[in-house]
Amino acid sequence: MTEKNPLADPRLAAFEEKISNDQRIEPKDWMPDAFRKNVLRQMSQHAHSEVIGMQPEGNWITRAPTLYRKIVLLAKIQDEGGHGLYLYSAAETLGTSREEMVQALHDGKAKYASIFNYPSLTWADIGMIGWLVDGAAIVNQVSLQRTSYGPYSRAMIRICKEESFHQRQGYEATMVLARGSAEQKAMAQDSLNRWWWPSMMMFGPHDSESAHSGQSMKWKLKRESNDVLRQRFVDQTVPQAEFIGLKIPDPDLKWNEERGSYDFGEIDWDEFMQVISGNGPCNRQRLQHSIRAQEDGQWVRDAMHAYELKRQAREVA
Amino acid sequence: MNQHSLPLFEVFIRSKRGLDHRHVGSLHAEDPAQALDYARDVYLRRSEGVSVWVVRSSDITASQESDMASFCDPMDDKPYRHATHFKLPKEVDNM
Ligand SMILES: [Fe+2]
Ligand SMILES: [Fe+2]
Ligand SMILES: [Fe+2]
Repeated sequence: MTEKNPLADPRLAAFEEKISNDQRIEPKDWMPDAFRKNVLRQMSQHAHSEVIGMQPEGNWITRAPTLYRKIVLLAKIQDEGGHGLYLYSAAETLGTSREEMVQALHDGKAKYASIFNYPSLTWADIGMIGWLVDGAAIVNQVSLQRTSYGPYSRAMIRICKEESFHQRQGYEATMVLARGSAEQKAMAQDSLNRWWWPSMMMFGPHDSESAHSGQSMKWKLKRESNDVLRQRFVDQTVPQAEFIGLKIPDPDLKWNEERGSYDFGEIDWDEFMQVISGNGPCNRQRLQHSIRAQEDGQWVRDAMHAYELKRQAREVA
Repeated sequence: MNQHSLPLFEVFIRSKRGLDHRHVGSLHAEDPAQALDYARDVYLRRSEGVSVWVVRSSDITASQESDMASFCDPMDDKPYRHATHFKLPKEVDNM
């Protein structure tokens, strides 16, 4: 392979130079196969996460405590569907169709964020998802606005504009519970206890263990490492929890004056591995539901296609 | 020769890597390849960009501004779709 030596392949040299000059790679640029595969994996995984992530929240639409909370939740979930679309279409610029990506998801070959394999058991979980899960996603996505693949970067900028609403509605809903009756506060605390660690896992393995991280950082697809982003999330979230009197379920959590950051305990990596390898509490349910939604909608796509064929035939005649 | 029979093309330029292509104007040409050459000659004379798209104007389906009220609801009656709707105490307002 000549690709190994930048001097041997002028296309690779040009690619490397764009990366090192902080230029974005655009769809029609030549790029190494491994780069194309890596961006596609990352973007399709992100797109699947947006879409699968609608399920734990969708679970509470019909049971939201007030009409107001219900319309807010509906609007939030609609945004997530849109985020999926931005990301699928940005990923399609790499030459893989959305059908292929969705098929890979349904065949269990593509992943999505492991957090969505946890169940939303109480109403408090909806506030918690907005505050913590969208909060963690924002930390990651803000960093990805500077990713080296142009369409991905632009999709991230668009998405970040909408995310602030998601986190704020979640925090506000949590705050209302935390300041409510003793039972409501207990429900919020129970929810934080269940969602804290899975949210911490959203940033992925430690930098030293992360399979794709090193290369992604070199290509500037990832701009900051998993551990750096996780620390940022902890540092911003702890004061938010303290402010509403909720306790983060980590006995090792404490302010480190020297670092100017919070120290925190170790993630249960066995649990993380279990969930990403398909054995989390809801993995099968999430996938089955997604497949069923796809199949249930087939008649609509068929009908629209039949109508289009008919319309074209009429035009010719 | 009849200039008026040449189809119209819309021209879009990406001024810099990482940015979207933006509409800059239009021109007449026989076919897409010629339109691209003309776009280069007319719209790219002062390093305006790094990439050009040309698209046959007749291939663009556009909304009508006069129909916007019935075509597109900006949902101003749903202010909760905006981050600013959620009032938070100042200690935690930076999210
Ligand atoms: Fe999203
Ligand atoms: Fe997201
Ligand atoms: Fe979101």
